[in-house]
Amino acid sequence: MNWTLALPEIVLALSGLVILLAGVMQKRGQAFFSCTMMTLFALVVTAALVVLSPDGTGYSHVFINDGFARFMKVLALAGAALSLVLGIGYAREMEIDKFEFPVLVLFSTLGAMIMASSGNLMTLFVGLELSSLSIYILCAFARDQVTAAEAGLKYFVLGSLASGILLYGISLAYGFAGTLDYAGLQQAVRGSAVLPAGLMVGIVFVLVGLCFKLSMVPFHMWTPDVYQGAPTSVTAYMAGAPKIAAFAVLLRVMAGPFGSMAHQWQLLIEVVSAASMVFGALAAIPQGNIKRLMAYSSIGHMGYAMIGLAAGTAEGTRGTLVYLVTYLFMNVGAFAGIVAMRRKGRAVSRISDLAGLGRSDPGMALAMAVFMFSMAGAPPLAGFFGKLMVFYAAINAQLYGLAAIGIISSVIGAYYYIRIVKIMFFDAAAPALDRAPVSVSFVSVGMGLVTVFFIVALGPVATAAQAAAAALFR
Amino acid sequence: MNSPIEAIGLTPYLGIGAILLVLGVFGIFLNRKNVIIILMSIELILLSANINFVAFSAATGDLSGQVMTLFVLTIAAAESAIGLAIVTVYFRNRGSIEVDDITMMKG
Repeated sequence: MNWTLALPEIVLALSGLVILLAGVMQKRGQAFFSCTMMTLFALVVTAALVVLSPDGTGYSHVFINDGFARFMKVLALAGAALSLVLGIGYAREMEIDKFEFPVLVLFSTLGAMIMASSGNLMTLFVGLELSSLSIYILCAFARDQVTAAEAGLKYFVLGSLASGILLYGISLAYGFAGTLDYAGLQQAVRGSAVLPAGLMVGIVFVLVGLCFKLSMVPFHMWTPDVYQGAPTSVTAYMAGAPKIAAFAVLLRVMAGPFGSMAHQWQLLIEVVSAASMVFGALAAIPQGNIKRLMAYSSIGHMGYAMIGLAAGTAEGTRGTLVYLVTYLFMNVGAFAGIVAMRRKGRAVSRISDLAGLGRSDPGMALAMAVFMFSMAGAPPLAGFFGKLMVFYAAINAQLYGLAAIGIISSVIGAYYYIRIVKIMFFDAAAPALDRAPVSVSFVSVGMGLVTVFFIVALGPVATAAQAAAAALFR
Repeated sequence: MNSPIEAIGLTPYLGIGAILLVLGVFGIFLNRKNVIIILMSIELILLSANINFVAFSAATGDLSGQVMTLFVLTIAAAESAIGLAIVTVYFRNRGSIEVDDITMMKG
């Protein structure tokens, strides 16, 4: 058995345990910082191991490592590491600087990696639960805050419901196909001209469960509350790695096992994608809280990324992957700006609190403006290229209606992104915000540079995404 | 060996599974009183899937369904532990676990 296939996951899991031990042995005050640093180191080492890991299927087909899995894993690790860096200064000020915090992020990322490599519905479910259970705790991590507790409770109830529905779908798919392996499912689906109703219901249930994790409309109702209530660095994490993992599973399952019946689920994906884009654009307009606004924005972004899946081609998958890369970086950047929103030591999150930031902290305001324009899809920033590639794939797959809805909703969405820029630079100044911690400025500047100069990296990223998509459609 | 599933067929097992699923889902959405009932409903949903897994596994003679059941039982235990912990944290903050009170954030 080729156990080295899962070496990155094994290393990450063991280092999680070691960091937990190291945290227990230190004094309470210092443990958080050193454990965060160790976790960051473990994430970087794991990313290197992922890049070097070989192709193949292992552990009697439950684990697949290919170009696609590597791409998604590196992305998830990057998202986790960046949000951990954001959390360094923030956690201390929020008094949630306990060493369990980075360890939970680490285990959640481990779950995300297992999802990206799943070759069997069992691995999928276990990975998904490892990822979700850690996030439920992270949401309620600021346990003296009533909003955080409420966010944790809401996410727990609705997330468990979605996991349950997903599991029920898996059980039906298992019963009617007789196997949990993706390869076996693929054969069972391909062999039958008419699908049994039970298998169809099972597939729809699995789709519903994954759409919930991605906060697609109509399974989005938890998103705004949880994003608002959870500590901001946790929100930054939640909007990154878990979504990437859910997309990894969705793309793999829909291209592989259920790929031969694309015409039966394609309409479902198109409807969900269009609804998310339109809802994300419209519902964000009246929001006064920037974390809620980011929640609706991420609903919309998931809708755009879903266009590539609706196209059902390798080109569409490439579009989705590039979109996820751009989304991850600009999203972490925008959350760096939100983490830095503090006045006299208290976190504030109303959009009007940003007024006058253009004068009091021009650097941060400029970075926020870059992220907002990028999310709106203004060329030549990163967000533009992601949108371009998914729309291009949709038009080549003759989904003209979906592309049109996407373009219209991105125009509507531009209104609320650009309104934030207007508030920062042209509105009457609110009292100045506190200076951002160094780690936050670091992330903000880094992500700003990535977003502005993404055009330079577009070639390599698109090539890597192309290779990843090709691994899926082989 | 004549197993019960050969004697009475799959349908009763799947029927019970489906009934438990519906009970669980309705338990979450119709219940306005208490969060603990929601935790019980979640457990019902997971167990309904378990019944399906075991029934299918016995009917097809494929063991992986029963292995999956063991995984699900472990995960369900972890899930209810975390759920109860979050409910405890919530209760300490609000002094109530009524479902109608969980409305700090809206919009």
